Amino acid sequence: MKTFGKIPPGSQPERRYPGYVSTALRNPREPLISLPQTLSEVTGPVYGHGPMGETDNDLTKHGAEEPQGERIIVSGRVLDEGGRPLRNTLVEIWQANAAGRYRHVVDNHPAPIDPNFMGAGRTLTDDEGRYSFTSIKPGPYPWRNHYNAWRPAHIHFSLLGTSFLSRLVTQMYFPGDPLFAYDPILQSIPDQRAQQRLISTFDLENSKPEWALAYRFDIVLRGRDATPFENKR
Amino acid sequence: MTEPNHDLVATPSQTVGPFFHLGLTEHENPGKMAGSAAQGEHIRLAIRVLDGEGAGVPDAMIELWQADANGKYNHPEDHQEKTSDPAFQGFGRMPTSKDGVAIFETVRPGRVPGIEGALQAPHINVHVFSRGILRHMSTRIYFDREPANTEDAVLGMVPAARRETLIAHADAHTPGTWNIDFRLCGDRETVFFDA
Repeated sequence: MKTFGKIPPGSQPERRYPGYVSTALRNPREPLISLPQTLSEVTGPVYGHGPMGETDNDLTKHGAEEPQGERIIVSGRVLDEGGRPLRNTLVEIWQANAAGRYRHVVDNHPAPIDPNFMGAGRTLTDDEGRYSFTSIKPGPYPWRNHYNAWRPAHIHFSLLGTSFLSRLVTQMYFPGDPLFAYDPILQSIPDQRAQQRLISTFDLENSKPEWALAYRFDIVLRGRDATPFENKR
Repeated sequence: MTEPNHDLVATPSQTVGPFFHLGLTEHENPGKMAGSAAQGEHIRLAIRVLDGEGAGVPDAMIELWQADANGKYNHPEDHQEKTSDPAFQGFGRMPTSKDGVAIFETVRPGRVPGIEGALQAPHINVHVFSRGILRHMSTRIYFDREPANTEDAVLGMVPAARRETLIAHADAHTPGTWNIDFRLCGDRETVFFDA
């Protein structure tokens, strides 16, 4: 059976983080109880997602016309902790439009809705664990957590991986955003190196001349293919 | 092919935020896990998510993962010599309603092997996501009046006074419906696990 390593301290957000006000009433005060890794934990939903549509990974093609904003390509690889590519893994994303507005009933930020931008996409990784999306660069938006609070521009990512333990929901940021230092959601991660893992890198190589700039975002999910390795002691 | 890097660290989690419906729950009806032909006892599972003040959490997302009625996970790591029920999908995902309730149509799971092969009591594995939750939370749902609960190793690791937080109860008025509250914080706080 596969086993999963312990998570290095500081590499994941603090659950109760005072700077992010709504963590206070929605996270446990009691310590978590450590669970053995049984079949219930090392299995997970790997089958059953429907077939991908041809334009599911191109968020600029979901309206009658092209959406407003800066067209971008976001691509990367999905690996396990052993560095092995995760093939045929579902990657789902959602995001605000170029003006920083989500197409969602509870978003009341007074920025324009773009009738040609729905803001959601999905794809499957290939045999090398690669994925790619075409989209538009999302805008930052205000969120009332504190005075003059703005989220840095980001794209939400959701991956199921190979087991219940490899589940990941995260956010990808763009390099050089001046809002990073003021964002409690990113700052809730104690280890600076871990914060850096959520910031995509500018990717000239994958940029398309006369078409779109590219950003690279690699993702590592918990778990490893244990078969070829011995315990290193 | 290059040698894999042994020292990769898992990507940090971030909150699912208030707008996850756009990407995660608007496609299908992912709360229906059991087709009418699925084997076993069909149940309707109503999960209510409550915050530290006892208010329903209207913008949470619940994911379930469970074995079928025969105790088989539809996954390559489950090497038991059983066939997965084709009318059952072990995964469900639902947003909560304005009252904080997510409803799933599923079957009561069979028993699966646990520590050193000892069978576990029937249980459903759960992830909870929402705005204000930076790392999703993991818990389990067990069933009231299930005789196997007393010999379940995981329940046995939970302090006796808190086990009740993991137990779903049959609805007093609607046969086939089971209810459980997840209290995220404070009084009668649900037990959450770290694996």
